[in-house]
Amino acid sequence: MLKYANPTFFLRLVAAVLPWLWAATILTLGVGLYMTFLTAPADYQQGETVRIMYIHVPAAWLSMFIYMVMTLSALGTLVWRHPLADASQQAAAPLGAGFTFICLVTGSLWGKPMWGTWWVWDARLTSVLVLFLIYLGLIALWNTIEEPLMAARASAILTLVGVVNIPIIKFSVDWWNTLHQPASVLRMGGPALHPSMLWPLLVMALGASLLFVCLHLMGVRNEILRRRLRRLSYLAAEAADHVLEPQTEAGA
Amino acid sequence: MSDHGDFIIAAFAITAAVVALMLGAIVRDHRALKRALAKFPPRGEGDGR
Repeated sequence: MLKYANPTFFLRLVAAVLPWLWAATILTLGVGLYMTFLTAPADYQQGETVRIMYIHVPAAWLSMFIYMVMTLSALGTLVWRHPLADASQQAAAPLGAGFTFICLVTGSLWGKPMWGTWWVWDARLTSVLVLFLIYLGLIALWNTIEEPLMAARASAILTLVGVVNIPIIKFSVDWWNTLHQPASVLRMGGPALHPSMLWPLLVMALGASLLFVCLHLMGVRNEILRRRLRRLSYLAAEAADHVLEPQTEAGA
Repeated sequence: MSDHGDFIIAAFAITAAVVALMLGAIVRDHRALKRALAKFPPRGEGDGR
């Protein structure tokens, strides 16, 4: 396991698997979009608008899943202090923000024709907005603290504090009376969706998850290269200092 | 796609734009890092930090 978590081995692994992962992502999203627009039926109440569900729900699932990835990475940073853990956390935060933004915007575009409003301050919508703000806070924290190790630890602590929001998002529709509908796929008693709608949704969710894996691997690779560049710049500056020192002594 | 077609198109278009933005940012960052690393003489494969 440690071998796979070695940054150099990780770079080689990413180079080997990324083309295959991208091919699987494009294929799955292609099939998912085909099913979304050509095989999935319109809803008897919502009509064609239900097609927004096929991007809104995967984005919502991913927004929470990415946060759980970041939570595991935060534990890796604080407990094992592994270099890949904070790289993973740093790479995941902008993707989490991106998918949460998609969830909020598509939800709003779905809500307007169905509920008659773009936004309500109900528990589900507000807790997802809080998640988006946590992602933005984490990105800001990474960019504010210059010392990488300190930034990694501060972000890991904030991530662990923010994880309390995930069960609130998940169960908000059960705990409070909300305008947002309750869970219809991941619920006790099985999915409430008809298979003709469930399958396109699951294929789109798989495609979106594969897309996240591709983007996350690319992001972690960038963070590893950034650390390598920082180290090389530091070594080059140190070597330049050694070259200048004898000249200074000779001058004195 | 007669009813609320503009909402559906907007939702898919915004999703595509956000994904393209995320991918573009990562690719641009990768190219910049590769260019910066190429300025240093080649070394043995070191650690990630």
